[in-house]
Amino acid sequence: MYAQLVETGVKRVKSLEEMSPEERNFQEKIDAEIKIEAKNWMPEAYRQTLIRQISQHAHSEIVGMLPEGNWVTRAPSLKRKLQLMAKIQDEAGHGLYLYSAMETLGADRDEEIAKLHSGKAKYSSIFNYPTLSWADMGAVGWLVDGAAIVNQVVLQRTSYGPYSRAMIRICKEESFHQRQGYEILLTMMRHGTQAQRDMVQDAINRLWWPALMMFGPSDEHSPNSAQSMAWKIKRQTNDELRQRFIDQTVPQLELLGCTAPDPELKWNAERGHYDFGEIQWDEFYEVLKGNGPCNQERVATRRQAIEDGAWVREAAVAYARKQQNKNAA
Amino acid sequence: MHNEALIPYLLLLGDSALVQGQRLCEWCGHAPAIEEELALMNVGLDLVGQARNWLEYAAELLDDGSDADALAFRRDERAYRNLLLVEQPNGDFAVTMTKQFFYDAWHFAMLQGLIGSRDARIAGIAAKALKEVTYHLRRSSEWVQRLGGGTDESRQRMLAAIPALWRFSVELAAGSDNEVRLAEAGIAANPAAVGADWLKQVAAIFASVELPLPNAASHFYLDGRKGLHTEHLGLLLAEMQCLPRAYPDATW
Repeated sequence: MYAQLVETGVKRVKSLEEMSPEERNFQEKIDAEIKIEAKNWMPEAYRQTLIRQISQHAHSEIVGMLPEGNWVTRAPSLKRKLQLMAKIQDEAGHGLYLYSAMETLGADRDEEIAKLHSGKAKYSSIFNYPTLSWADMGAVGWLVDGAAIVNQVVLQRTSYGPYSRAMIRICKEESFHQRQGYEILLTMMRHGTQAQRDMVQDAINRLWWPALMMFGPSDEHSPNSAQSMAWKIKRQTNDELRQRFIDQTVPQLELLGCTAPDPELKWNAERGHYDFGEIQWDEFYEVLKGNGPCNQERVATRRQAIEDGAWVREAAVAYARKQQNKNAA
Repeated sequence: MHNEALIPYLLLLGDSALVQGQRLCEWCGHAPAIEEELALMNVGLDLVGQARNWLEYAAELLDDGSDADALAFRRDERAYRNLLLVEQPNGDFAVTMTKQFFYDAWHFAMLQGLIGSRDARIAGIAAKALKEVTYHLRRSSEWVQRLGGGTDESRQRMLAAIPALWRFSVELAAGSDNEVRLAEAGIAANPAAVGADWLKQVAAIFASVELPLPNAASHFYLDGRKGLHTEHLGLLLAEMQCLPRAYPDATW
């Protein structure tokens, strides 16, 4: 999940009877699975929730370039370098696409990015973990993009049209990245040396729990979920998506010949699902608050890039204006 | 024409594209706008892809069991044949774009010469690369114009970037004797024509925004074509090659 804790500002979901005619008309459209478009009336809280969620999602794509950018100069073969460069390029594109979707709601891209840089806006907690070996490039592709896809596949049916269409486009590329990430790990496990296999297991040990945290707080501690579900911004709960991710990922883990750092992980035939251990929620909330291993570096890098680039953007604007004047004269 | 003439030429093309691509990778996450993150990585991706094609061909001619990866990741700086220009540090966006523009203008002229090469493999690689480099050149030309004709600050930065890089233009303006012979055999691009086209392109873009064109650069002591590099290449390769060097038996 690239947007894992989104405030709705709504304490209790209203019943149809309590709604104004406009609200009721809106909710009936939602219930009938009719997509909401930019020009349609929508409750202010719906608009603001979506702005928060889509901007978090966009910020995540942009901040998410940094842990991979950390290894793009050190990729170990030309093929892997090309794959990683293509992936990073896709992520920048996803960021642009999502900022555009967000702007259909009347939000301003630069303002939302300024919130990211001041620490007011969030991005996915996963990108606050460092990438310490090449195997992390495989594990990020497989686990992180894998978790994002489980979330985004559902978001293809989200109630807001522009967001839903962004997800359809983005999902295709994300699936490709996930397969490539898994293939990186599989190559190292099947054809690599013992040192490489150790590298893979170590990457999984470090990224397993942070990937599970991407789905957000457990349902009982997810006060915003009820409203997001009623608006069909969210289509499934955090815990449902997390369970689906685990169920589909464990067999892939076994195929690699690796283990998860969770002694309680085992198949439950009665439930038809994997049981798993308790997430360290203290760590999750600390990272979300800004106290994770790389929070400071990630935000500082992004802020620095935009500050250092100010003169470049100003030059582009000044030049465009001069050209316009010349053409008008 | 013998392979000992052709291989260094393929390495000049491949190594220059690879080192320029590597420098663009360093921009990841630091570009002045998200659109530029996308564009810088896109150009880098094209160049690393082209490098792989040239190095694959060089490895086949070498016929010593090496492949493109071995050439990229196991050669020391004395064996690298890239232009000195592309190994220079990124500096600010004006330095990066001036460097890119000088390289693109040279690259475009080279590839235009190479699409008619009598070596079909070279002509094929060049034809594909030319499509990409046409876009690179358009983009970097436009940035030189934006920065040179933008604000006072951007113009000052361009006026500082140009002389810092101009001394490396000696390598763009003239080729080696080896290249002259390869060109006479119809295999390589004519280095004199490449140098003239390069200068014409640079002069035109500079003139469009009234950036002063320096006099032709004089002899420079080092020579990338001979593996005599600036001190920047060693560090670039140390970073780029660290994994294959540390794990020589590994499969990635």
